[in-house]
Amino acid sequence: MTSSIIDLTAAQAIEIVGADFSAEELFEAYRERAGADELNAFTWVADAAPAPSDGPLKGVPLGVKDLFCTEGVPSQAGSRILEGYRPPYTATVVEQLAAAGAPLLGKTNQDEFAMGSSNENSGYGPVLNPWDRSRVPGGSSGGSAAAVAAGLAPWALGTDTGGSIRQPAALCGIVGMKPTYGAVSRYGMIAFASSLDQAGPLTRDVTDCALLFRHMTGDDPRDSTSLAFPGEAAMPSAERLDGIRLGVPEELTGEGIEAGVLANFNETLKKAEELGAIIEPCRLPHAPHGLSAYYVIAPAEASANLARFDGVRYGMRREGAGDLVSMYTDTRHDGFGAEVKRRILIGTYALSSGYYDAYYGRAQQVRTKIADDFREAFAKFDFVVTPTSPGVAFELGAKTDDPLAMYLNDYCTVPMPLAGIPAISIPSGLSEGLPVGFQLAGPAFSEYRMMDAAYALEQAIGFDGSRARA
Amino acid sequence: MSIDREQVLHVARLARLRLSDEEVTTMVGELSSILGHIERISELDLEGVPPTTHVVEVGNALRPDEPKPSLSRETILEQAPATQDGGFLVPSPQAS
Repeated sequence: MTSSIIDLTAAQAIEIVGADFSAEELFEAYRERAGADELNAFTWVADAAPAPSDGPLKGVPLGVKDLFCTEGVPSQAGSRILEGYRPPYTATVVEQLAAAGAPLLGKTNQDEFAMGSSNENSGYGPVLNPWDRSRVPGGSSGGSAAAVAAGLAPWALGTDTGGSIRQPAALCGIVGMKPTYGAVSRYGMIAFASSLDQAGPLTRDVTDCALLFRHMTGDDPRDSTSLAFPGEAAMPSAERLDGIRLGVPEELTGEGIEAGVLANFNETLKKAEELGAIIEPCRLPHAPHGLSAYYVIAPAEASANLARFDGVRYGMRREGAGDLVSMYTDTRHDGFGAEVKRRILIGTYALSSGYYDAYYGRAQQVRTKIADDFREAFAKFDFVVTPTSPGVAFELGAKTDDPLAMYLNDYCTVPMPLAGIPAISIPSGLSEGLPVGFQLAGPAFSEYRMMDAAYALEQAIGFDGSRARA
Repeated sequence: MSIDREQVLHVARLARLRLSDEEVTTMVGELSSILGHIERISELDLEGVPPTTHVVEVGNALRPDEPKPSLSRETILEQAPATQDGGFLVPSPQAS
């Protein structure tokens, strides 16, 4: 019984819950699996099934990335500086999904404050990739991705700042979508880089992605950057891609992409063509500078956002030498991990007197150019497509000594958040026995059209992720 | 672009972050290589390009200025490492 429940997608479970099994049985089946997690994907698992809900999601439980505040439940953002923190309130999107019938199953492990591409920067230990436990699941939403891929959660919430939903989704063989900036409320998300952070779904397939996403959107009075989502929510159903124009940016599909990933990408383009899509090269001339701009803007915002962790109001405190400043500096020395310290220093440097214009000012100009590039591309194309990650999941420890090599994992995923546009990664096959992701990016608020196209491709690809759940 | 020990220590002081000697040494190397990569944007001609201030078109988000209940003082103080007389307790700036 349990194994058959676990093999259902969320949408399939919603269809038959109440008939073949109860919502409590469904929750228990996942609670048991999440509780026996050997991947270190969860940092906290619920004690018991919640009261039944009559919401449309029928009680299908949800994995939630640790950085979403959940009232009374540890919310540590993968950081030792927040060890034991139990927020007095819940993030809007988690509340919305619970009200829609997707209750909290557990909190998922992540890179500390969402800074990382391998989940090795968690203060609570790395997450293992269910396809090969000697490899990373990607990051920063690595716990959410591994949990969904391994069938420890039917679906999960993550956040994406420079690729933190899409890259782990790709490396774990599942679907992950970063929505348009503002589509989902950021209230209650422990902030990394506020102008880039967006919450989004990590799911087993595109249908589940649409199902979860439709309950996540909305204008939230508690987040002034959130917007009412324009247009109707539609479940994906396309069987063909006739007339859909896909732009292939030469800047993100050449140098630096592993041969096996590139071969799989080209096979996927062929499948799209067979479905009727028109595929042509396009240009994103400033995309190669995306990484540089990102590694100024994100650390700059992080250095400001993380100033609040000072041992005064919550989390860890070290007494230092007995004065206020050494209490601050010792707390931050002991509480933050190496990557967080690195980014705080880069950000503080880039914002410091004499350097601001050369770094932050120029990076924000590059950002304008990247958004312009996409605008021009979308005048001619429906979507821009790239491999999600330049490589498949790498061995644990392979890149921890070289921060710059680690940052290059985000090469294909940073331009989209810089432009505020949505992008989805779907599994497109295997290379070296490991999952590869195919990324579609569209104009702002094109999520439902984009998921429709992704759905048609998904059917043609027929990816089988069951091995990761075994 | 390379950054030296003095600069790393200066920035760490601005960020209220203590670094061990070993951390300073590591950061000198790592930050220099990261800044080297970042500096590629200096090659671009960005004359007259407006900096991005917001990625989606939104006007000012305004709401009526009406008082609403917020979390209680007790609830907020519950998570603090040290409290006294209904406030956050911190060491004196002058203490040594």
